[in-house]
Amino acid sequence: MRPLPALTSALIALMLASLTVGAADIRVTDAFRDPQALLVLLESRLPRTLSVVLTGAALSVAGVLIQALVRNRFVGPDTSGTAEGAALGLLAITILWPASPLWLRMIAASLSAMVTTALFLAVIRRLPVREVMLVPIAGLVLSGVLGSVVTFVGWQTDLMQYVGTWLMSGEFSGVISGRYELLWIAGVAAGLAWFSADRFAILGLGDQVATGLGLSTAAVMRLGLAVVSVVTAMVVTTVGMIPFVGLVVPNLVARIMGDNLRASLPVVALAGAVLVLACDLAGRLVIHPYEVPAGTILGVLGAVLFLWLLHRRPPRSKPAHG
Amino acid sequence: MLGAMALLLAGLSAVWMLQGIGGGNRGFILGLRGTKLAALVTVATAIGVATILFQTVASNRVLTPSIMGFDALYVLLQTGLVVVLGGAGLAGLPPGPKFLSEIAVMTVLASLLFGTLLLRGARDVPRMILTGVILGVLFRSLSGFLGRILDPNEFAVVQSVSFASFNRVDATLLPWAAAITAAAVLAAWRLSARLDVLALGRDPAVSLGLAHRGMVLGVLGLVAVLVSVSTALVGPVPFFGLIVAGLAHGLMRSARHAALLPAAALSAAILLVGGQWLFERQLGQAATLSVVVEFAGGLFFLYLLLKGRIR
Amino acid sequence: MIQIQGVSHAIGGTPILHDITTTLPKGRLTALIGPNGAGKSTLLRLVGRLEPLQQGRITVAGHDVATTPTDRLARVMAILGQQTAIASRLRLAELVAFGRWPHHKGRPGPQDQAQVWLALKAFALTDLADRFLDEVSGGQAQRAHIAMAWAQDTDWMLLDEPLNNLDMSHARSLMARLRGLVDQGGRSVAIVVHEINYAAAWADHVIALKGGRVVAQGTAAEVLTEARLSELYETPIRVGTHQGRPLVLHHA
Repeated sequence: MRPLPALTSALIALMLASLTVGAADIRVTDAFRDPQALLVLLESRLPRTLSVVLTGAALSVAGVLIQALVRNRFVGPDTSGTAEGAALGLLAITILWPASPLWLRMIAASLSAMVTTALFLAVIRRLPVREVMLVPIAGLVLSGVLGSVVTFVGWQTDLMQYVGTWLMSGEFSGVISGRYELLWIAGVAAGLAWFSADRFAILGLGDQVATGLGLSTAAVMRLGLAVVSVVTAMVVTTVGMIPFVGLVVPNLVARIMGDNLRASLPVVALAGAVLVLACDLAGRLVIHPYEVPAGTILGVLGAVLFLWLLHRRPPRSKPAHG
Repeated sequence: MLGAMALLLAGLSAVWMLQGIGGGNRGFILGLRGTKLAALVTVATAIGVATILFQTVASNRVLTPSIMGFDALYVLLQTGLVVVLGGAGLAGLPPGPKFLSEIAVMTVLASLLFGTLLLRGARDVPRMILTGVILGVLFRSLSGFLGRILDPNEFAVVQSVSFASFNRVDATLLPWAAAITAAAVLAAWRLSARLDVLALGRDPAVSLGLAHRGMVLGVLGLVAVLVSVSTALVGPVPFFGLIVAGLAHGLMRSARHAALLPAAALSAAILLVGGQWLFERQLGQAATLSVVVEFAGGLFFLYLLLKGRIR
Repeated sequence: MIQIQGVSHAIGGTPILHDITTTLPKGRLTALIGPNGAGKSTLLRLVGRLEPLQQGRITVAGHDVATTPTDRLARVMAILGQQTAIASRLRLAELVAFGRWPHHKGRPGPQDQAQVWLALKAFALTDLADRFLDEVSGGQAQRAHIAMAWAQDTDWMLLDEPLNNLDMSHARSLMARLRGLVDQGGRSVAIVVHEINYAAAWADHVIALKGGRVVAQGTAAEVLTEARLSELYETPIRVGTHQGRPLVLHHA
């Protein structure tokens, strides 16, 4: 089966299922007769479904970009200090200007996310080139250090409850109409990346190849950085960080389709949407009418998938020579 | 050197116990402070010794058991036992025996899991480390998941898993924790000559006649015991051990475990007692020491990484 | 004598050794030679119980390596694998001192210290004794590792490519020392070498491996012939003689 139609049908099926599952007991088919049902559907179910789809798609695309930027398959926007950077920016503007308008907060979060992601890029440039596995380790630790700064500041300023929703595993239960629309920005940013797909594909081949092909790597790096940061900042502020999506989805898709990003980016976006939506649905069903956050489920599922990716080919044990 | 460190610790402890003492309920205050001091010293010893032991087994100077997911495994085990056995079973035991049985299960599990990882992963160290880190994430997520299922409204599980605090110590566990730590440290001390050989790496150790596999599993068992103690008392502290082990190596300028183990325990105790005194009494911020310690430890880790010291 | 009977070995599903049966004679310097990937190092590591035996049987001076306690074996043979980085910061003298550990188990006596001093002297390391392992050159570290095996003072000494990182003068003096161990000390030595002329000049007994099988064994003069070597390395090789020993030339 070809990936694109298969994923599209899976996504449509999941979206329909998502519209029918929730704490309130309504029938979707009644929506046209029952104003109550229509309200639930339009104000809660539909926004929630859309926010999950947008988050999954945008984070997965951001994952492809960050992997191309650092030329390493084992990183994602959640392990590059990006999410913590966004939280730091939000904290800063909340403290400095509590009454600041939303658009300014989003800009602050995006810019700050850009700065910390650039810091991550600077750090890994100084690592030994051949040590592939050190890059994700450095990213995880840098995220941890930045996270402890966020926690510290949050503690000092009594803003811990916000910090909790930003950096704890994300969930969609709070999404209603009017509280998720920022995610469309993330979706648009991810969509923009598709127009530069070839450039990112070339960037992933390394500086020498990129320069040889006449690509201005610095400009492409800046574009990628901007998209990753904006996507992550929007997701973090709206629903909280969803772990591992941006890491495993690009890997899984690349295994099947390779790295021709122009062809694979739409598949990546669809696959990310399907994965997150499936986890969100599972979270809604497993202890119904309570919920397990999608981020918690993805923490488990994503970690298992990541371990599998790490070990799928047993490390070729070099036969001792001679 | 060790003597000077012991003196410094004694001095700090005296200040901790006696500062501003006076007035009516002197006995009460002394008791409260004494408990906290004992807890800090126990945790410090456990973390310091566990880190040195783990670095020796892993032949790696930038790792700590917590970075590799030991503490997350213990937390998962705690949650998992409640799920499997329910409130009536193990969870209904008095804290001491419950703690002991948790540690016993943890020791077996951790030696098997991390023994396999270390013994098989020796050829590709960074991959092994990454596997450990992700295992830690997996264990933490699983605990969070189980916690949610146990009690959907209860966020406390997730909270306590995520933040360490040197400030809230379970006093009922303290005597058990101290006794277990003492036993484990004594065992490590008795092994110190063998640990010196183990630190040479696998090939030389085998050549010198050390039963390498058994030694690795045994030491990992000790690490599991010590990490269980510190996690039960204060929660996860991934990078503190790194600072302590770095200090011990730097101060001792020797690879002998007979010197390294006490040095690590002492420097950890000095940092914790001194740090807690500074933050609690001077800055009035009892809760933030763990955050500051972790921040500094994380930076130190990145520094080591960039200096190419990961292998 | 080291007896190897029916040893086969696979790493990660890839067969490395096929049904090897051979003998390393006592009181001789034996060289294992062969092209890259022949299985020389693996065979030596199996003898030195650095890898667990999968199939077959190996005895060292009558001790079955699979069943004899490892600390007992450490007093019969010393094995030096290819160098690995050591995580702890050790001084050279401390590293060499570990060679005595199988004998004293953590409580060194005066004769142990004397032995360590002799080993340091034998490998010209006395001036470097207080330097840290990560502060000396690769060749100096290699000599320290060999000195550790030397200090272990066993009947058998197994060395995997000990000449790595050594310059010509230290390589020569190492081979002379090993020769001395065999001739004056009555010890037995086995080494894996790539540079075939070191085998030609110093070895009594040569075992040639290729593709995980023994293709030739015997005295240096028997094995190091033009026909055998050309076939072994699949490249034309000339063999002359120099001072009564074979001299292998690749610029034929």
